[in-house]
Parts: sequence; structure tokens; C-alpha cells
Amino acid sequence: MSTTNQVAISAEGLVKRYGGTTALDGVDLSVPTGTVLGVLGPNGAGKTTAVRILGTLLRPDAGHATVGGYDVVREAPRVREIIGLTGQYASVDEDMSGRRNLVMIGRLLGLPRDQAKAKAGQLLERFELTGAGDRIAKTYSGGMRRRLDLAASLVGDPSILYLDEPTTGLDPHARNGVWDTIRNLVLDGTTVLLTTQYLEEADALADSIMVFDKGKVVAQGRPAELKAQAGKQSLDVRPAEPGHLERVAAIVAEAVGTRPTVDVVNALVSVPVSDGTSMPVVVRRLDEAGIAVTELSLRLPSLDEVFLALTGHAAEEQSTAVLEGASR
Amino acid sequence: MSTATLNAPAATRSRPFAWAEQSLTLAWRNIVRIRQNPEALADVTFQPIIFLLLFLFVFGGAIAGEGSWQDYLPYLLPGVLVQSVVFSTMGTGVGLNDDFAKGVFDRFRSLPIARVAPLIGAVLGDSVRYLTSIVILMVTGFALGFRFENGVGNGLLACLLILVFALSLCWIWVWLGLTMKTVQGVQGIAFLVMFPLTFGSNVFVETSTLPGFLQALTKVNPVTYLVDAMRGLMLGGEVQKPLLITLAWMIGLVTVFAPLAIRAYRRRT
Repeated sequence: MSTTNQVAISAEGLVKRYGGTTALDGVDLSVPTGTVLGVLGPNGAGKTTAVRILGTLLRPDAGHATVGGYDVVREAPRVREIIGLTGQYASVDEDMSGRRNLVMIGRLLGLPRDQAKAKAGQLLERFELTGAGDRIAKTYSGGMRRRLDLAASLVGDPSILYLDEPTTGLDPHARNGVWDTIRNLVLDGTTVLLTTQYLEEADALADSIMVFDKGKVVAQGRPAELKAQAGKQSLDVRPAEPGHLERVAAIVAEAVGTRPTVDVVNALVSVPVSDGTSMPVVVRRLDEAGIAVTELSLRLPSLDEVFLALTGHAAEEQSTAVLEGASR
Repeated sequence: MSTATLNAPAATRSRPFAWAEQSLTLAWRNIVRIRQNPEALADVTFQPIIFLLLFLFVFGGAIAGEGSWQDYLPYLLPGVLVQSVVFSTMGTGVGLNDDFAKGVFDRFRSLPIARVAPLIGAVLGDSVRYLTSIVILMVTGFALGFRFENGVGNGLLACLLILVFALSLCWIWVWLGLTMKTVQGVQGIAFLVMFPLTFGSNVFVETSTLPGFLQALTKVNPVTYLVDAMRGLMLGGEVQKPLLITLAWMIGLVTVFAPLAIRAYRRRT
């Protein structure tokens, strides 16, 4: 089959119901070859259901999807030959060593024993797991486990990779490691569909972002477009002395013409602006008043603010999940 | 992006027996798991030995009447063999349930392999566990003075019989393992069935010593006939009738539960 089309993943009207609940309610998506699509949304938004359908693990109740030009239902075996899957499900075997897991997958994919072993060795080295390769996966740290999961999905050199919340629960260092790996894969030409609850992650990795809420796509576009869609820019000033907050607020109000919000906890004065013209004025006034600042920035709204603007509610489940996690 | 990158490596195509290779690879996985977690083998190593020794020395004297534990050993060993192997079939269902819960099966399913390979691999891999149980018990039995009194060939045939019986029976647990939500649920049901099935038989005592209602149970219990056939083969005595009934049970178990298990498997994959 020819795959001259530049679309790696395409879906139309995907619907999936579980009993009375509709997990996916008519989702269309399209991922150009060699790009990263970030699917963003809180728990229960339908992200995982979408990935499971595109990964041939689940049949849609309505709609259809093609991956690499192959239909995910009728040509599922073909789809499986070109995809890799990593996520909360699709796990490695915890009771085997990292190396044995990778060798097993290589053997399942039809590699001769020596080639499967060589491939496993290469992947362990690439993911900095060589030292831990012969320990059983149960003993791995969260970050190592995630890297092994990623390695396992790469044994077959997939051209399309699904990553379902690849960094959930990882510390920032481990998260950055996973991010670097994903960036390198994309440089090699891999198409990536990434789901995440972290707006920052989608912003950092994705060429385009889709926001899911309650089984529907509520917004999509490039990260910058989405941010613009949510509204104006924001001017932030953080005085070096928290005692100067009120004076800074007064200066900003005068320069911009709008009363800023004062975040006492973070010692931050913040005001929405339509463009950057008031920035030099603020700088001059602060200088005249002799107030030192540690931060002065003009920024696009964060994706958290975007999510709120687009869905009319905060990413509630997400914040609850974080709170639950913190209370443990 | 060129066409080539979206085509699978040639190795994954056009191998007519790929499903068999894949099943063997997945059976190998079960053996590797055992090697890396030897404690997971306790239920087919120490447990049968402890059962054998406890029954032999605690009840041996009482059950053998005037005799000693030496007289009880030939009677007990085929029974404990059946009991241990029948119990270890439960592990197949528990293992499958665990694989599904942990997402290991989703990993397999996302690979371009035969759909049935993980199931066959699990059953094949577990036959190694059954075999371990058989070997351990036979070695212990021989050390205690047990002998194949009806010839080594028939004795080995008895070992083969229990192995094949286990492979027939395990489909019940495969089915339950695939339909029940938790490992604990599978184990709960398993113990509920296994204890009456193994103790309500001639595994430990002559059925003539049992009260009437229990005797009725032993008469319909396939374990009774299996144990009779095993004793016949290992020690001498009637073989044909219990063997035929056992074979009929094996065919029946596979006919009923293998399709149920495969249907449950297809539904989940």
C-alpha cells in the first residue's frame, strides 16, 4: 500500500461507550507524518480510550481511523507492525529482567536470537539501563521503569509511537530524561501521539495540541495559537523587596491603565495587556522610583489558563489527583 | 517519508508457523520468570513435599491401621501427586488474570503477533510447573522407598496421565482467570472447588470409610477415577475402567471449558 500521503494518523468521528458513559464522543484527529500531537486533558477526558483505539486494542463503536494508511479495525495486524505503544497499560513484565523483556519482544517480532539480544543491548545502552539490564524490572525506579517501557515499544523500530502519559508520577529529572528521548525520536522522523495531563509537557514537546474534555475535542492548534485563543498577554513584575508590592502595583496601574492583581504569596504583580508597548514605561518608572525587581516579563497565558478559558472549568480531576497524590 | 519505513521488517511476515514460534517464546517467558523468582515455584515444590510428609507421618499410622507409614506411602503418593498437580492448575488462571491486570497482555496485543499466542504460551509454560511438581514428588517418594511396582513404563505413563489431565483441567482456571476481575476472586473460587474435589475423593483414604453422602460425591468426582488409574498404573490393579472414565472427563473438560476460555479471551483481546 502506498503511504505517500503525509498523514500518519487520521481519525473521524470516533465514538466509544462503556455502558451508560460515553468515553469518546465523536473525535476527529489528524497527525502529519513526523510531527508530535499532544492530547491534553484531565483524567477521564477520553485520552487513553483514543490511544487504545488507535493502537488496535479497542474497537470504536462508531467512526473510523487509519494509521499509516491502514484501517485500525480491518487491518489491525498491519497497524501493529508500524506502531509502538507505551503507557499506563501496555506494560513490561515486572518479573523478568529489563534485558529479557526486550529480547522476548524481539523474538516475538521474529528476530533471530542473536539479533534480538543485540537489539536489546543497544536499547538498554541508549536508555542508560545497561547497568540495571539484568535486574528484574520490579526493582527499577519509576524513571527507569518508564525508560524500559519506552525501550520495549521501540524494539520493532516503529514509525508511529503512542505515549500515554509517559511522565505521570516522575520526578522532574526523570521527566526531563524522557522528554529528551522523545525529542530525539522525533528528530529521527518518528511520528508521536502523546497524551498528558501536564500542560507544560504538551507545550514543551508537541507541534500541535488537542484539548480533550469529557470525550470531546474542545480546542486544537499549535501551542502558541491556543494560548492566543485564550486571550491577552500578561505583564508580570516581581519586586526584589516584597514590601514594594503596593508601590509596584501603583506604578503598573498608572502605566497600563488597568488595576493589576497582586499575588502576595508569590510577591508578583500581574496585569493583562494587549501588547508590549507599556513595558518600557513600567521599566522607566521603576528605575525612577529606585525599585529593584527580580522578574519583569511579558508572557503568553499558561496552558492552565487556556484550559480554564476553553472548557469553562479548571482541570478539576487533575488537581484532585495531584492533591490525592500529595496527601499520601 | 518513504514507503519502506511504514512497511514491517520482512522477518515478521510470511512465516507460516510464526504463531507456534511466538507461543514457544511466550512459554519460555514463563520459565524465565520462574528462574528469576524461584520463590514463585513454592506451590509446586515445597508445598507438595510438605503435604506428602504431613499426611504420611501424621495420618499414616492411623490410616494404615495395623501397619506403619511405609505401608501407607504407595497408597498416598499417587493421591498427593494428583492433589498437588490439580491444585497447581489454578496458577494458570491466576497468572493470566495478573497479566491482564498489569497490562502485560496489552503490550503483547500491540505487537504484530498471533492473537492466540499469549494464551497458548501461558498454558504451555505452566505445563513446566506441573512437570516440576511431578518430578519433585516422585523424587521425594523414591527417596522414602516408593517403587513403580507395575513396571517403570506404566509408572511413567501414570505421570504422563496426570500431566495431560492438568492440561485439560487448567482451561477452567484460564476461563475464570479471564472472566473474573481480581486475582483474589480467582483464588477464592479455586479453593472453594479444589478442597472438596481433592479431599472428597480417594486421594487420602479408601472411599468405603466415608459416610454415604461423601461416597456419592466420590463416585462422580473425576479425581477418584484419575487416582484409581494412577494407582493401577503405578502399583498394579484395575486400570482400564478408571482410565476410560478419566479420559472421558478430560475430553469433556476440554470440550466445555476450552471454547469458553477462548471466547472470554477473544472478548478481552
